[in-house]
Amino acid sequence: MRRFTLILSPWLLIIAIWYAVAYSGLINPALVPTPHAVAVQFWHQLTEARLPRDILMSTQRVLIGVICGITLAVPVGFMLGWYPRVRMFIDPLINFFRALPPIALIPLVVVYFGIGEVAKIVILFYASFFAGVIVMYEGIAQISPIYVRVARTLGATDAELFRRVIIPLAVPHILTALRVALGVAWATLVASELIAAQQGLGALIQNASSFFQLDIIYVGIICIGLIALMMDLLLRAIGDRLVSWQERIA
Amino acid sequence: MTEPVAPYDSHAEARIRIAFDHVSLTFAGRTGSAAVRVVDDVSYQIRQGEFVSIIGPSGCGKTTMMNMVAGFVRPSSGAVTLDGKPIVAPGPDRGVIFQEYGVFPWLTVRENIAFGLTLAANRADAPRRMEICDRYMRLMSLSDFADAYPKTLSGGMRQRLALARAYAVNPEFLLMDEPFGALDAQTRTAMQDLLLNVLAAERKTVMLITHSVEEAVYLSSRIIVMTARPTRIREVIEVPFAYPRSESLHEDPQFGALRSHIRELVMREYAVQAQQSGSAAQTQ
Repeated sequence: MRRFTLILSPWLLIIAIWYAVAYSGLINPALVPTPHAVAVQFWHQLTEARLPRDILMSTQRVLIGVICGITLAVPVGFMLGWYPRVRMFIDPLINFFRALPPIALIPLVVVYFGIGEVAKIVILFYASFFAGVIVMYEGIAQISPIYVRVARTLGATDAELFRRVIIPLAVPHILTALRVALGVAWATLVASELIAAQQGLGALIQNASSFFQLDIIYVGIICIGLIALMMDLLLRAIGDRLVSWQERIA
Repeated sequence: MTEPVAPYDSHAEARIRIAFDHVSLTFAGRTGSAAVRVVDDVSYQIRQGEFVSIIGPSGCGKTTMMNMVAGFVRPSSGAVTLDGKPIVAPGPDRGVIFQEYGVFPWLTVRENIAFGLTLAANRADAPRRMEICDRYMRLMSLSDFADAYPKTLSGGMRQRLALARAYAVNPEFLLMDEPFGALDAQTRTAMQDLLLNVLAAERKTVMLITHSVEEAVYLSSRIIVMTARPTRIREVIEVPFAYPRSESLHEDPQFGALRSHIRELVMREYAVQAQQSGSAAQTQ
């Protein structure tokens, strides 16, 4: 109960500040919809309008992008982390591409991939791949060589070493890479839906902004945050089960 | 245990198992700096059933010599052989106990001990695995923690787990790299006695790397004192005490004399090493 209150309190504080700003009269009330107005709008969008469909479309895009991105990021990140020589010449390349904001790539993506679903997924793939690959290789590079040596002295073959030692050691890093990639993908969603999207939370926000419907913009933003948060909690719960052996710092 | 404990000190006739034959090792220096010679023309033999301790200043190259026997490092010249054949790779005949234990954190205590027995090299069926695990868990007082993950174990328990895991595949040799270095004094003494007990029950040929003179004299049948880097053999000392040994040995005047003699040798090498690094610091 105490824990619950503690977790809830920062959220309540934000809502309180929001109300304070809305009612202070310092800012034009047209620019700051009240929380309850947003809640009403949320309910309306959810039950009578496009919101369920938008959530579905966006979640689908994010999931496809992240799954593709991580599927590639795990082996690539592993190679980079495991073989320092490979890292030496691939690392600058990764950092070059990682620094490019996905939004800057949109014109090129449109030229090469059109304006359909593929284009949006390519952007999300790009974002989640580079986020995932960095986490993955930093993690793998930190694995102590002692476990490999121990397994060798016990008679492990290359295949046994990989399956029995390296994979278990890689799992926590794969899970972290997945979490980071999901976070980055949700953060990139609106940018990807700048490409002629009719549906999706990004499209909802952009449409609302052309009609100056601030309450709908808030609904869209809050939805993105909530879904990302729920997915992260879910992944964390899965992770805690899968790698309960890990020593937690604090 | 009713089987008679064969004395280690009858090793004069025992056959040679591991041999260092004019072994030298030079590490290629980084660009711009000279190559570093770590081991310099070292020759000695370890016979069946011996307990040999290698002692010398820290960083002198003792661990490197153990890594050669384990199969992780090859000499630049000379040969390290096992039964006359050069050692080229690690193998389950040589159990290694590392300084940092290396217990697998993702496996429970029982799974750690069973690990070697699930590999193709020394596969045992499930009932046999169970039996071996139970035996070593009992021997190492780990039975109450069979299903615990290593994160919940103390340093001494992790050390015992590493020992149990190495023993489970029944290696002929036990190579130990400062295995008790990170333990507190009491745990260390307890581990030394445990090791002697386990060895009395299941004889192995042991190579122990240590910087504790006390430990070397108490445990070994022979002690090889190494010089500062590049390391050479300073002196080979036969330890005359019969096995089984007990803690009262520490009080023995002969033990004390041997200990002081070796301590003096080792301290002299430490001084040489300090001088070396001092002059190296000056020239840089």
